[in-house]
Amino acid sequence: MLRGVPEAAIEVHDLQKHYGDVEAVRGLSFRVERGEVLGLLGPNGAGKTTTVEILEGYRDRTAGEVSVLGHDPADAPLELRRRVGIVLQSAGFYPRVTVTEALRHFAGYYPEPRDADETIALVGLQDSADVRVNRLSGGQRRRLDLALALVGDPELVFLDEPTTGFDPAARRTAWDVIRRLRELGKTVLLTTHYLDEAQELSDRVAIVKDGRIVAEGPPRELIGVKAPYRITYELDGRRTEHETDDPTALLNRLTSEALDRGERLENLHVTRPSLEEVYLDLTREAE
Amino acid sequence: MLHQLRFERMLFRRNPSAAFFNFVLPLVLLLLVASVFADEHDELEILIPGIAGMSVMATTFTALAFNMTFLREQGILKRIHGMPIRARDYLGGVIGSAVINAVVQVVLVFAIGKLAYGVDLPDEPGAVVVYAIVGVAAFAALGVAFSHSIPNFDAAGAYTNAVFLPMIFISGVFYSSDELPAALEVIGNALPLKHVIDGLAGDASGAGLAVIAAWGVAGAILAVRYFRWD
Repeated sequence: MLRGVPEAAIEVHDLQKHYGDVEAVRGLSFRVERGEVLGLLGPNGAGKTTTVEILEGYRDRTAGEVSVLGHDPADAPLELRRRVGIVLQSAGFYPRVTVTEALRHFAGYYPEPRDADETIALVGLQDSADVRVNRLSGGQRRRLDLALALVGDPELVFLDEPTTGFDPAARRTAWDVIRRLRELGKTVLLTTHYLDEAQELSDRVAIVKDGRIVAEGPPRELIGVKAPYRITYELDGRRTEHETDDPTALLNRLTSEALDRGERLENLHVTRPSLEEVYLDLTREAE
Repeated sequence: MLHQLRFERMLFRRNPSAAFFNFVLPLVLLLLVASVFADEHDELEILIPGIAGMSVMATTFTALAFNMTFLREQGILKRIHGMPIRARDYLGGVIGSAVINAVVQVVLVFAIGKLAYGVDLPDEPGAVVVYAIVGVAAFAALGVAFSHSIPNFDAAGAYTNAVFLPMIFISGVFYSSDELPAALEVIGNALPLKHVIDGLAGDASGAGLAVIAAWGVAGAILAVRYFRWD
């Protein structure tokens, strides 16, 4: 840790993880500031889950430096686990206990847990509070996952694809919960392959591809840097496309030239690519 | 640890089939086999501690091997690993629950033996308690250790029975192990169950206790060394 630099919630420097000959993570570096929501975005197999599971203390790393709330997660210290909440991509439940019983039990692991009923309400499970877990739907279980991650009232929350398998209503609830976590000043590391989710929830997005970060920044900037405005139109049935950083000037030139020639630009559009296009561009590049 | 233990007791009560296999099945076996020997008091004196020893193994070794395999396969262990509970507190709660089952079961078997068949308790109850404690601890450690070799929950029954059934046959559960062929008797003597049964029958020996303890230590080392959360 550098002196004078405020300690980040998560610091990762040149993280590497090899499974035999397979290099799952090849030199990842990033920081997550306290109170920040960072979205790790990338296709399946990019190394997101491996990275997160190293930070959560589930996996050893091959090389690199990692600090989570000032601890090395490889030691899995109790003190760290008290301050962290984890939503794994898949983790099981005791099938024969109710939602409330599960919350009460796991709350007992933490020194200052959040109230069980309040946590259940937070994730919108209050109507199923007395239902046994094996009778919950897939979406309800995912909400329970989220509730169990929050019951310890953690400072830092890891969310590994938290809304996969959610119906749209459940997704919106989860998004509201994550936004609320940010309002409460919690730090969140979110992995997702839903672009809208990363764009909607993250202060910053890091795009991971083949075990490396290929782009990083606030979603708006990421779109701005990588992708200029795009102007498309059809002329005599032929589609034409221009890219520009200054759409006002280009549009002015194109339309005045067309007017001078007495032509009509059909189907004229000025668009800005979504994060999705940036992402697809970036993740396609290396192939 | 107590927090976990209370929860494990609730989980046990919520699972009727586990309760059945743990408590009812050995008692049914006891009643069936005892009905065959109802007039032969000598045989009953072998059978009662035999069933008690078998119950110790069923409630600790078999139950824990099943339980740990289930918890690992379901990802429940993985979830717990991310939470602030020490492994020793967690395992203490899980194993403690199995130990309670074992104690209840042994008491039940001896009580039925005494009340229904007039089989007296062993002369030295102190030695019996020592054997019960060491035996229960050893089989609990072996159960956790053995769960590491079970690939998935569907295979758990086959794996545990492959150990459990031969062991009860060569360890003198239903008949005196003196009647076994010499080779099997040697194997039975090397395994812990026979010595647990001997101890529960009031036939204690330092060597027998040492065999149980050695298995227990080996089980504990393997249980910790190869422990996997997922």
